[in-house]
Amino acid sequence: MYTPEFDYHKAGSVAEAIALLISHDDARLLAGGHSLLPLMRLRLARPSTLIDIGGLGDLKSISVHGDAIRIGALTTHGEIAASHDVRHANSLLAEVAGGIGDPQVRNRGTIGGNIAHADPASDWGTVLTALEASVEVQGANGSRTVAIGDFFQGPFATAVGENEIITAVTVPTLTHHEHDTGHGHGHGHDEHGHDDHGHGHEHDHGGGGLAALHGEVGEYAKMSHPASFYPVVGGAVIVNVENSRCVSARVAVGGLVPTPVRARAVEAALTGQELTADNIAAAVNHLADDLGAAIIGDVFASAEYRRVVAPVEVKHALFHAIGLAHH
Amino acid sequence: MTTRLFGSGIRRREDPRLITGQAAYTDDIKLTGLVHAAILRSPHGHARITSIDTAAAAQAPGVLAVYTGADTEGVLNPIPCAWVIPDSDVKAVAYPAIAKDVVRYVGDAVAVVVAENRYQAEDALELISVDYAPLPAVVNPEAALQEGAPQLHEDAPGNQAFHWVAAGGDTDAAFDRAEVVVRDTIIQQKLIPNAMEPRSAIASYLSSMGELTIWNTSQNPHIARFVTCLVTGVPEHKIRVIAPEVGGGFGSKIAVYPWEMIAAFCAMKLGRPVKWTETRSENFVATTHGRDHVEYVEMAATREGRITGVRSVVYAGMGAYLSTAAPGIPTILHGLMYSGPYDIPNIKADIYGCFTNTTPVEAYRGAGRPEATFLLERLVDLLAAELNLDPVEVRRLNLIPKFDDGHDVAIGLTYDSGDYQRALDMALEHVNYGHLRHEQAHQREHGHYTGIGVSCYSEICGLGPSQVAGAVGFGGGLWESATVRFYATGKVNVYVGTSPHGQGEETTFAQIVASELGVPVDDVELIHGDTDNTPMGWGTYGSRTTVVGGGAVALSARKIKDKAVTLAAHLLEAAEADIEYADGNFFVRGAPDQGKTIQDIALMANVAWNMPAGMEPGLEATAFYDPPNFSYPFGAHVAVVSVDPDNGHIVLERYVAVDDCGPQINPMIVEGQVHGGVVQGAGQALWEGAVYDDSGQLLTGTMLDYALPRAHLVPDIETLATETPSPHNPLGVKGIGETGTIASTVTIYNAVIDALRPLGVTKLEMPLTPERVWRAIHQQDHQQDQQQDQQQG
Repeated sequence: MYTPEFDYHKAGSVAEAIALLISHDDARLLAGGHSLLPLMRLRLARPSTLIDIGGLGDLKSISVHGDAIRIGALTTHGEIAASHDVRHANSLLAEVAGGIGDPQVRNRGTIGGNIAHADPASDWGTVLTALEASVEVQGANGSRTVAIGDFFQGPFATAVGENEIITAVTVPTLTHHEHDTGHGHGHGHDEHGHDDHGHGHEHDHGGGGLAALHGEVGEYAKMSHPASFYPVVGGAVIVNVENSRCVSARVAVGGLVPTPVRARAVEAALTGQELTADNIAAAVNHLADDLGAAIIGDVFASAEYRRVVAPVEVKHALFHAIGLAHH
Repeated sequence: MTTRLFGSGIRRREDPRLITGQAAYTDDIKLTGLVHAAILRSPHGHARITSIDTAAAAQAPGVLAVYTGADTEGVLNPIPCAWVIPDSDVKAVAYPAIAKDVVRYVGDAVAVVVAENRYQAEDALELISVDYAPLPAVVNPEAALQEGAPQLHEDAPGNQAFHWVAAGGDTDAAFDRAEVVVRDTIIQQKLIPNAMEPRSAIASYLSSMGELTIWNTSQNPHIARFVTCLVTGVPEHKIRVIAPEVGGGFGSKIAVYPWEMIAAFCAMKLGRPVKWTETRSENFVATTHGRDHVEYVEMAATREGRITGVRSVVYAGMGAYLSTAAPGIPTILHGLMYSGPYDIPNIKADIYGCFTNTTPVEAYRGAGRPEATFLLERLVDLLAAELNLDPVEVRRLNLIPKFDDGHDVAIGLTYDSGDYQRALDMALEHVNYGHLRHEQAHQREHGHYTGIGVSCYSEICGLGPSQVAGAVGFGGGLWESATVRFYATGKVNVYVGTSPHGQGEETTFAQIVASELGVPVDDVELIHGDTDNTPMGWGTYGSRTTVVGGGAVALSARKIKDKAVTLAAHLLEAAEADIEYADGNFFVRGAPDQGKTIQDIALMANVAWNMPAGMEPGLEATAFYDPPNFSYPFGAHVAVVSVDPDNGHIVLERYVAVDDCGPQINPMIVEGQVHGGVVQGAGQALWEGAVYDDSGQLLTGTMLDYALPRAHLVPDIETLATETPSPHNPLGVKGIGETGTIASTVTIYNAVIDALRPLGVTKLEMPLTPERVWRAIHQQDHQQDQQQDQQQG
């Protein structure tokens, strides 16, 4: 890797990092390095200064307060995947984290760095959008909170100011209930949260899954690029289920338009419905209602194909959420 | 009886140093005064260079020199093509190390910067100002030959690098008389080999002696020396090429590239050793690619399914220049293999080599034979579908019956030995083919699409008789030599001219010597890769190293055994005729306890205190082995896939490989070769492909875009083997390095088509990406809807 020359500073505190940002033009923050360094390697990013915030232990934390989980911005995907607190409070987060990239990526890449990069297909972008997370951002004048819906402003563009730092992400817990079948939504579910093989899940929760569900369950399904294993299209769902019916739903998709988006029409179509395979299949077809004409496309997956595959991924996520096999 | 180390799956002896990081690859080597080169490469597929300004770069920190094509012209000779096939009008166009007036592909060298470190060299590259006048480009080999296509070389009108036809029988008549003809158009997409170690070279020139040393990631250092001498003008005996640890090649390290010649030029100019190591992104454009055919293929047959003819018109992309062995690949290694394992009386291969504005094409694992197997096995499946026969039955009907010592096929080759039916039977029995078909039918009823692909193959390798090499225009011999040297302590060094780079010959060649002479395998160490201390050899490619190089090792060991018998007879005061040998022990018949071990013999031969009159001291032998024929491994593979029609995702559910490489020296290494080959072939079927836009930009230029196979996407590969010795080489071995890629691409492709048959899909373009599969299904739906509309209308 032969990057252009740059200056390097290691920040000792968030305040120092902000001061360094202010005092250096064209400086970039370095966290896990998994988004910035590949761009520098290709000489597509040429910051004159790197401010290494990797040593800021304050930003590496996971805590649960009531119905919210606060995850420090420098927490790695691997730490989130391995956290018992996360798994207990919101297993979807742990599952998604465990399905990002490969172990090397998960051990370096951070949740804050990931959303700061704001790739339109990022796993976190899609999932945090569905979860209605909020992002804490700190600048010279103190901290502010940005709702996830306002955070992503375009491809690789966020609401973070020039001299601000993302310090934490706060995510609501899932209000699932332990249920008597021992079927166990909410934990022990990590292999299903992502689609490592890029070709769908093959498990079947067995009989009685839906009837036994009460409360919120979340799932995420994605199609990954076979080269980078970066998501191409992903769908995240949180459904609140009572008596086999969808009381409310939050659905988000990534990889289609410049930012992750909520699929409000799908949510509306699900709400009040019994969660049968047919009803789910019908509801996901409303996904196109929420997407404009400008869908992303590339050599691997055209816009037309993404438009078709996105509802399939949302459908898979819903099937997994309620314990239906889709094969 | 003897301990049969031959045939034992012992662990690879090279692995400890490789997996502990003690191995030194070219880029690991540091020399006093070492400086670093970075090459400025054309960002255009085709352009005229109108001006180059290197002044700013030359002034940049740490920069020692900047050279352009104007500097190398007349100093470095053009890079030669070493395989000029006869009767083919090959246009060996000028291939300059650094382009001077015209760049012909993205990656063509335009200038080189040498600096104290690589960062400085890379920074200085950005300061070179080049004005290009872009020219129209052509990237598709067939399009390159059309009238009006952009022209690459004045010396090759119409972009035709060569036209070559091989025929046996009367193919056109066979097609005229045919009861059934099936046809296909096949795109063998361009592939990027991606050896784990990128290419690298260090050149060092000792002006006082006129000696040039090049450390080079090469599969064939002796050929590299030969070509370096032609390009640099340094005489061959003053050139030393060292291939240190080489991290895979897959054919991409056969060629002698401009880049190491540029390093040599810089070293000779500057009097400092110069290192050039490509980045991975550079590897994507600067290291040779593979495949790249557009093929029109046909098969003629009787209504019963007996194949009567195969013919092709193939447009084989050569890239912008002819790489070292490039013309031989779509011709000798492809067109001559159209009979495969079948009895086909009439064959015609009509091959055009085409210049395109893309990275030069070279051998890539299988080199011509995967393409031949692909077209044959596709056509057989199409024939079966046309005749409504099980594809297995059509294969059975046409397989050449078992033969032990020679079978002539229509195109003029003589296969060495084969038992194709047995391999097919073994594969089908292993997967329980009847049951699989039954299950498939059952799943289809439930809307699940699984597919079964079957292929048979026979391939040509163990290259080869040097006389044939001469006849087919290969610019060198194809023999190998080996020296086996015993020391007084009974330990052994084996020196070979072949150049293993991952295939495990440090283990298997030691097993050969250990088996032949009864020494512990750990007492044998292989020396290879350095032209200064190894005997001549033509390199490691075409699954030839064990067949030809291993043959030379065995013959050397047998010479030593002959000498040992004479020396033992002398020491035991017996007649030579009375000496017997077992397990490293030479003894008078009936008295094994009073024998002389090979170590005793080695000690005596080395100290030479008591030698028979006239016997030379030392226990060392060199053998040169030129095989009388090629070898022809064969086998049968089966793949099972499932396809999700919702999104077009393919899952490779199961893969079974039955391969016959003759006797296996080390079954574990054979299995590893099959695994790697199968996965690489799966890569072509499912994931890999170099995509260019019309201007010659490589759109899949990084590992973010170009998908190599991942372990978790591949099932456990079930490997089985039959063992049919080759009758003509000392060990009976046939070669195993390429069988996997030769068979697996089409096996998987056939399985996917089989899965989609109920949906009306008969054809797909590789790689079989989800979108392509989904589109094919969707298009069928669309067409069926339209047909229904028309019928209703």
